[in-house]
Amino acid sequence: MSNETLFEKIWQNHIVCQEEGKPNLVWIDRHLVHEVTSPQAFEGLRLANRRVRRPDLTYATVDHNIPTTDRSLPIEDPISKKQIETLERNCADFGITLFGLHSPQQGIVHIIGPELGFTLPGLTIVCGDSHTSTHGAFGALALGIGTSEVEHVLATQTLWLQKPESFEIRVDGAIPAGVTAKDLILSIIGHIGAAGGRGSVIEYRGEAVTSLTMEERMTICNMSIEGGARAGMVAPDETTFRFIQGRKYAPKGEDLDRATKEWRELRTSNKASFDRAVHLDAAKMKPQVTWGTTPAMVTDVTGTVPNPNEFPEPDIRKAAARALDYMGLKPGMEIQSIKLDRVFIGSCTNSRLTDLTAASKIVKGRKVAPGVRAMVVPGSQIIKYQAERQGLDRVFIEAGFEWRESGCSMCLGMNPDILQPRERCASTSNRNFEGRQGREGRTHLVSPIMAAAAAIEGHFVDVREWNSEN
Amino acid sequence: MEPFTQYKGTVVPLDRVNIDTDQIIPKQFLKLIERTGFGKYLFYDWRFLEDGKPNKDFILNNPRYNEGKILLARANFGCGSSREHAVWALSDYGFKALIAPSYADIFYNNCFKNGVLPITLNEQTVNTLFDEVANHDAYALQIDLGKQIITKPDAQTVHFEIDAFRKTCLLQGLDDISLTLQHESEIRAFEANLKPFQRIDVSRL
Repeated sequence: MSNETLFEKIWQNHIVCQEEGKPNLVWIDRHLVHEVTSPQAFEGLRLANRRVRRPDLTYATVDHNIPTTDRSLPIEDPISKKQIETLERNCADFGITLFGLHSPQQGIVHIIGPELGFTLPGLTIVCGDSHTSTHGAFGALALGIGTSEVEHVLATQTLWLQKPESFEIRVDGAIPAGVTAKDLILSIIGHIGAAGGRGSVIEYRGEAVTSLTMEERMTICNMSIEGGARAGMVAPDETTFRFIQGRKYAPKGEDLDRATKEWRELRTSNKASFDRAVHLDAAKMKPQVTWGTTPAMVTDVTGTVPNPNEFPEPDIRKAAARALDYMGLKPGMEIQSIKLDRVFIGSCTNSRLTDLTAASKIVKGRKVAPGVRAMVVPGSQIIKYQAERQGLDRVFIEAGFEWRESGCSMCLGMNPDILQPRERCASTSNRNFEGRQGREGRTHLVSPIMAAAAAIEGHFVDVREWNSEN
Repeated sequence: MEPFTQYKGTVVPLDRVNIDTDQIIPKQFLKLIERTGFGKYLFYDWRFLEDGKPNKDFILNNPRYNEGKILLARANFGCGSSREHAVWALSDYGFKALIAPSYADIFYNNCFKNGVLPITLNEQTVNTLFDEVANHDAYALQIDLGKQIITKPDAQTVHFEIDAFRKTCLLQGLDDISLTLQHESEIRAFEANLKPFQRIDVSRL
């Protein structure tokens, strides 16, 4: 055991069955379910007359397609409504706990897992959603899966998995003021590329990572998939244990003490070696802004839109030229000259209370620039409630932001919150793919404070200088 | 699941890297609760103009490729969202085999659950295929999964690698869940030894 990485320890602890020439059959501790990737899985169970093996380890919420407007009104989109009702029926039929549309604990699936204490160190966690990697922040092995695998986990509480490689990303140095966890992960993805982590589980290590709060670690792990990785994780430490304390479904009292003792063992041995490794220096990092249509197409806020001809690989050159055309940008343009139509603060990447608090400090006493429509979508009902108790809703509303109900919202635009063609948006979400936020919509990924400052100015600004000047 | 053994079809070249599942099946079509009928929405935003008319510049609307059965693509195909709808759309449209230098992990897994074969070939071989498709009408390949061989129109063959277990599952059209349930006693034994923190006190739910 003494020469294993954190990931390998958790993997080893969960192997149900190991046979030569086959993937491992791996036990799954927690299964998170939402309305979009589950209906066909439940239908499969029904057709085969199967039950859910461990409804006690499964919980569901609605987040992807729900409106973020007044919850007392009926849902206008009949197809969304049907999908939500289908999940309600499936949860009732199969005995699964649902944090439904009107639950005070409803929220984005990756927000409420940690919030309610379902997410713990040392667990295997899956969900039919690629951003399941978020939960790795606790030192859990958290994987996004497809609907067939959702059905498999519902029926067996296990998955056949090929063991991924281990990938160390070590970020040393102190993170400069005005540079956030979002900038860290965007810098990392810019460095390793959109497929850089393919086939691997990343462990984020180093001083810059261990100094982060749980919320910040979640932002980092959340975007592991944007670097192509199967999962991302951070070893649990005192910060993790403090966060877990008092969470509704987490162990308590002596149970927690015993668990914590075991969790302290969950760290990569000094003798362990990773299959791959990348080392970066946080001290050199600046606020990041994406300019293209993958999260790896990113640069410093002080930079310019690149010239596609500068890229050595022909495929990337072609992709960059296409991205600039789609984004309506010209090579050499200053990033800070890019004007915005919309600002979105939300998503499983950046909609936690700490994100909203940081953004509110930027906008307090200021006004959103004329012509910009800005929106804040808290990650969960609990976050919304806490923010309102602190008066953050008033700060945002007085500045001219819309203050919404919780959900995935404009991160993927499955609900009515979408960009119009050619509208340009500063977004705290995780994907800037073509059409992601609406057909022909143009997405720039940034941190919450960068998004907030951009909303006030109507274009990107370097939040490090801007905040002290204003 | 339908077994996958031999497969023959014309090749459609989609010359872009990092094609994400948002492009393969845009989000507005994820609200359906069935597994079928996604083919008409495949690559929707590229395939159709804003007014719903076919975009004649997109490869699937080129009459030369309208009988396509094998999709040829570039690196990191299927990146992004875990939506299995992407595979359902490709399969429903008629693409039961794909060829690319690499695939995103979740998408790759999803293919095998639906009897779709994602073939990985090196960049150079993929480049050659792109050239040959461009230079020949109705360029078709014959795929033999058992032998792990692709046969070109000129009878030249290309070998491809595939994990032995995945190959067996595809060849036999195995249903994963019934396979797993054969391990019931091992699952039960594992389950009996869960640590306290792995459980959830349902009385609190």
